[in-house]
Amino acid sequence: MKLREIAHSRTGDKGDTSNISLIAFEAKNYPLIVAQVSAARVREHFSELVHGEVARYELPAIGALNFVLRNALGGGVTRSLALDAHGKSLSSALLDLDIDPDVAESNESKEGEKTL
Amino acid sequence: MRRIRLGAGAGFSGDRIEPAVELAERGALDYLIFECLAERTIALAQQARRADPSLGYDPLLEARMRAILPICAAKGVKIISNMGAANPLGAARRIAEIAAECGCRGLRIAAVTGDDVLELMRARNAEMEETGGRIADLGDRIISANAYLGAEPIVSALAQGADVVVTGRSSDPALFLAPLLHEFGWRRDDWRLLGQGALAGHLLECAGQVSGGYFADPGFKETPDLARLGFPIGEISADGDLVLSKIEGSGGRITEATCKEQLLYEIHDPARYIQPDVVADFSQATVREIGPDRVRVAGGRGSPRPDALKVSIGYLDGYIGEGQISYAGAGALARGRLAIDIVRERLAQTQVAATELRFEIIGLNALHGDRLSRDAHEPYEVRVRVAGHALSRQEAARIGAEVETLYTNGPAAGGGVVKSTREVIAVASAYAPREAVRPSVSFEVAR
Repeated sequence: MKLREIAHSRTGDKGDTSNISLIAFEAKNYPLIVAQVSAARVREHFSELVHGEVARYELPAIGALNFVLRNALGGGVTRSLALDAHGKSLSSALLDLDIDPDVAESNESKEGEKTL
Repeated sequence: MRRIRLGAGAGFSGDRIEPAVELAERGALDYLIFECLAERTIALAQQARRADPSLGYDPLLEARMRAILPICAAKGVKIISNMGAANPLGAARRIAEIAAECGCRGLRIAAVTGDDVLELMRARNAEMEETGGRIADLGDRIISANAYLGAEPIVSALAQGADVVVTGRSSDPALFLAPLLHEFGWRRDDWRLLGQGALAGHLLECAGQVSGGYFADPGFKETPDLARLGFPIGEISADGDLVLSKIEGSGGRITEATCKEQLLYEIHDPARYIQPDVVADFSQATVREIGPDRVRVAGGRGSPRPDALKVSIGYLDGYIGEGQISYAGAGALARGRLAIDIVRERLAQTQVAATELRFEIIGLNALHGDRLSRDAHEPYEVRVRVAGHALSRQEAARIGAEVETLYTNGPAAGGGVVKSTREVIAVASAYAPREAVRPSVSFEVAR
């Protein structure tokens, strides 16, 4: 199943840093995204576009994750050569990840997990 | 408990005007707030002001004010906006003139100044966060330096009886926090309330983005009537209770999902959202639907405000040249790829002095690159895009020109060439000690 079926997402930008939220439609699916959408997996998914570290923050109170991607916007929104200089469309790429509906055991650290 | 109603009238400079009019007329508002200043807008405005000293404020200021001033004046709705951009004093004078023409005599318009810290930053030769370089390194390429002011000068303007407050660079949430501080007299070190107020401001500052705009995804996230999207209202009480709603019958929707998306928009560490008035903590916030298009957002907290204010530096950073051409039908993708190979070789052969180049096919890999698009089906039509950065306008223009020559020199049946050259206004961040930044408030009265 695609992540898009259980979660939604929005991208924001500040300079050369992109943040992509990932929000479970239903609280019961929050453990699925915690277990399967790690910072390392997001870094790998965007490896052609993101050249810095990826950090993940957990917000269990709203059933959401927030990914912060450094060196992700072609040197910064104001000077990027990209057609989508803000990286607004990145959320759609995240939602295309495959999710196994049976793997919900958390193997993530609690907060501010980072990967290089 | 008394509640204040804040309406969000704009989420960016070019935003729709009708939803703000609808809010002013039917929102039972106390304040109508327009956030119109993106990161680099103020540098562009500074350039406009240099060309004509009476300008440098938001280009839509006039249209917005003509549409809403008479309604807001009649209903006693106060207006707060950062539409002053690089010239809050000029903006206040123009608003006073428009108010007089609209018959709103006696209307008091406050201008908040002091965010322009170009001389201060030059004198301090401040370091820039992104580049590690210093202000002096930019030489005469620097255009602007504006500190993100907090809520205090706006509170002061309201306390002096302002009907309209127009600022330059302010933190976006501060535009919303200010009326709460003014109305409720929250202590300036009550970090919980200030954090909750910043949360309200953060949710409202992009206007339609919390009420169903930028949310729709057919089949997954249905959102009605986006052509008549209603902008949000934040109802807030003295103890920080916050409910988001919108005008009944307007388009869009306010749900837990729309509020959660906006809650994390442009946030990095949700426990440390650094504002001039508070370091806000949204990490424990809760979002609960309490009725149709009514959502309660609670649990915003905070810790003490930072000692330094963020400063946005605008500077000239060369030129971007670009060219595009389309191919369609059988073999379109192969011809598009051939076109790219030809332009790449030509730019090298003719020694175009580009510092960075980008080649892509719109419809295939332009937004997400080759890796994410590797399994895509071949599109019926493609658009080749070549963009490059150069230090001079002439060199940048050669990039689009080389794409244009594909008409008679490139693959078969290419059409619709567009080429452009634009100057790059880049933005970097620096910091200034709070005490070195001195905001002030002055008044214009409509006569």
